[in-house]
Amino acid sequence: MAEKLTPRQRLAIPPVPMREQDPLERRRNIREVPFGYSPEEAMLEASRCLLCRNKPCIEGCPVAVDIPGFIDLVSQGLFNQAAELIRKTNCLPAVCGRVCPQEEQCQAVCTVAKSHKDQAMSVQIGKLERFVADWDREHPVDGDGDRAVKPTGRKVAIIGSGPGGLTAAGDLADAGHEVTIFEALHRTGGVLVYGIPEFRLPKDIVEFEVEGLVRRGVNIVTNVAIGKSKSVDDLFAEGFDAIFIATGAGLPWFKNIPGEDSLGVYSANEYLTRANLMDAYRFGDGSDTPIMRGKTVVTFGGGNVAMDAARTALRLGADESIIVYRRSLAEMPARIEEIHHAQEEGVRFELLQDAVEIVADEAGWVTGVTCQKMALGEPDRSGRPRPVPIPGSEFVMPCSVVICAIGNGANPILTEATPAIETGKWGNIVADPVTGRTSMKGVWAGGDIVRGGATVILAMGDGRRAAESINEYLRTGVW
Amino acid sequence: MSSFRIRSNDPIAPSVFRMEVEAPDIAKYRRAGQFVIVHPSGGRERIPLTIADADPVAGTITLVYQVVGRTTAEMALLPAGGDLGDVAGPLGKPTHVENFGTVVCVGGGIGVAPSHPIAQAMKSAGNRVISILGARTADLIIMEREMRLASDDVICVTDDGSYGRKGLVTDALKDLLDDPSAPVNLVVAIGPPVMMKAVSELTRPYGVKTFVSLNTVMIDGTGMCGGCRVTVGGKTKFVCVDGPEFDGHGVDFDGMMRRQRMYSADEKVSYQAFLKEHGCRLEERIRELKRG
Ligand SMILES: Cc1cc2nc3c(=O)[nH]c(=O)nc-3n(C[C@H](O)[C@H](O)[C@H](O)COP(=O)(O)OP(=O)(O)OC[C@H]3O[C@@H](n4cnc5c(N)ncnc54)[C@H](O)[C@@H]3O)c2cc1C
Ligand code: FES
Repeated sequence: MAEKLTPRQRLAIPPVPMREQDPLERRRNIREVPFGYSPEEAMLEASRCLLCRNKPCIEGCPVAVDIPGFIDLVSQGLFNQAAELIRKTNCLPAVCGRVCPQEEQCQAVCTVAKSHKDQAMSVQIGKLERFVADWDREHPVDGDGDRAVKPTGRKVAIIGSGPGGLTAAGDLADAGHEVTIFEALHRTGGVLVYGIPEFRLPKDIVEFEVEGLVRRGVNIVTNVAIGKSKSVDDLFAEGFDAIFIATGAGLPWFKNIPGEDSLGVYSANEYLTRANLMDAYRFGDGSDTPIMRGKTVVTFGGGNVAMDAARTALRLGADESIIVYRRSLAEMPARIEEIHHAQEEGVRFELLQDAVEIVADEAGWVTGVTCQKMALGEPDRSGRPRPVPIPGSEFVMPCSVVICAIGNGANPILTEATPAIETGKWGNIVADPVTGRTSMKGVWAGGDIVRGGATVILAMGDGRRAAESINEYLRTGVW
Repeated sequence: MSSFRIRSNDPIAPSVFRMEVEAPDIAKYRRAGQFVIVHPSGGRERIPLTIADADPVAGTITLVYQVVGRTTAEMALLPAGGDLGDVAGPLGKPTHVENFGTVVCVGGGIGVAPSHPIAQAMKSAGNRVISILGARTADLIIMEREMRLASDDVICVTDDGSYGRKGLVTDALKDLLDDPSAPVNLVVAIGPPVMMKAVSELTRPYGVKTFVSLNTVMIDGTGMCGGCRVTVGGKTKFVCVDGPEFDGHGVDFDGMMRRQRMYSADEKVSYQAFLKEHGCRLEERIRELKRG
């Protein structure tokens, strides 16, 4: 049926929205916001794809998923086959469908959007990817999974279990190597489990993917921080032939303004880790991890992390959750969907302002934030207009909890202990952009530890390319 | 996945327990001054505990902990042969050890446990080690035998004079600092923040270098969350990766003590809930001290 549609007919179909929890309800629960497509909705959305010849979306995807190919399969109702096709280049589609910045990648260049001259009219590639992955998880077909691979007898260590590490682990296990992931925390998944909240990425999904890796023979060793608990050299001494480092960008920046050590000031990492990894949202009901539940919570920053923190604050009972961002809405780096969701849930956006001081009472508890108004000036190095403070515009915004979500630097615990690995100015590991090779023989790196705070899909792409390079090295012995 | 089997778990002083845990890698790689993060089971908090001793041959580490809240209370109930859940480590920077000359290790209360490996390391580096063990009262002095083995001299001090010298650890330390015949080159102080602060204040005018080991609230212990931050020398430091040891003369102890109180109310709620359910068993465990 779908294939009989003419391009004109396809262009006439409006994007199929994904049903979501009501904003006023969901702001008080941690369940996932969108419900997902039904098979009919997915097929209808898939039929909007023109299957155009130049396929710009594939180029827009950092891991080059065969997007028209899988969408064509969806339009025919062949969901499991569609999932199989995506998995050839993207091993975490249920995750990427939910968290990728599609509007800057595949959907940004979609021919349908261009024909309508409206980005919002693009084929909803992310939603379709999510549907396909969810369908495949819930309706598995027998027989896949136990592809017998011939063991190579070579051992590879992966450091860090975020999307970069998980992707590399899967590819290397499929190539027949004995793969062990070392993770510093007690749970596997990196930012996917400690950072991104349940209402955006259910933890079951990450667990399912990790279980899949374990079935494919990957060993997982938690509670080991390489560089502290043992070193990279210790791993080589234990018999590993190659090492991939994907330790993420886990060193939170603070603003370095007065009052930041007051009671009630968090880094977004701490706030989200308490809420997600340590289940603080159910304190007293199975969790002992406390978290401050202020009536008014102020979050600094404008990225996904800030949106996650501000929306988590609502779910922890805040009456008011406020985002303070130095620039305007147009410059916010967060995914459009996250900004929309936050607005719908009632997060207040205080734009063109910057915090200059955190005020506290005598006992040290936060009582407010002194903000200063900003104007937009000349573009800075990032190409975005530089915020310029307006003198004399300071005012106090009362609140009891402050969350600092202004970014993360490179975590030094591994690199400090491994001087043979070259690092850049900000402490990030220097790696070959194509192969991921570092300055230390037998050691690769990728994801946020190389790029700084980037994205899930870029970390996965790095993991995949490093795995290829590791395969080649283990085959040829050539560094 | 590795499992951390408990070899023994016994009270050594009122509310203070010593646990020996199988953790071969940690026993092999740990150095003096490092800690582990213990997470006994899902739902509990992740708490830092300094490694009090390790036996790389047996593959075990020793943890000494005081029952102060839900997590430590739950640990006290774990039987020998049981599993400690998650133990991450070793973490933190090891103590800077070299031959300083004369080193005084001041351990207050449970702080004696983390002082122990430091005294050992300082002694093997050729230092003359004098240890001051302080507690409120006689039966709260812990690990005296171990500290005697690791030190050239041990001075015990109790607030009430029920054992050793009556007074505070700072009184004993002041006498050492004032003794012109035996200069003190380094002081390592570990104990309650008020004690570490008092020791640092005492040594400051003498110009004697003073290390303190901070035990702040932690989550990951890898530098990822910043929850453990303290101000040292006017700069924000993360105790888990920049420490746990710092120059006591630079630490903002008041700020640190304030932050330690951030969750006291919540912690009480968790602990009360636990006591309501398991209080009798806990008391039973604590009473084993007298019997054993
Ligand atoms: C709150 C939040 C929201 C985000 N939202 C989005 C989004 O919507 N879309 C998107 O694309 N991206 C998003 N990102 C960014 C994205 O999550 C990261 O770019 C991505 O996870 C990086 O993957 P990674 O594999 O490099 O490392 P990470 O996911 O950071 O994982 C690194 C892992 O390594 C472990 N580790 C660190 N040091 C060591 C060590 N020495 N030894 C052993 N283990 C170690 C860490 O504990 C961690 O588990 C978000 C990030 C955050 C924090
Ligand atoms: S405990 Fe999280 S940074 Fe130190």
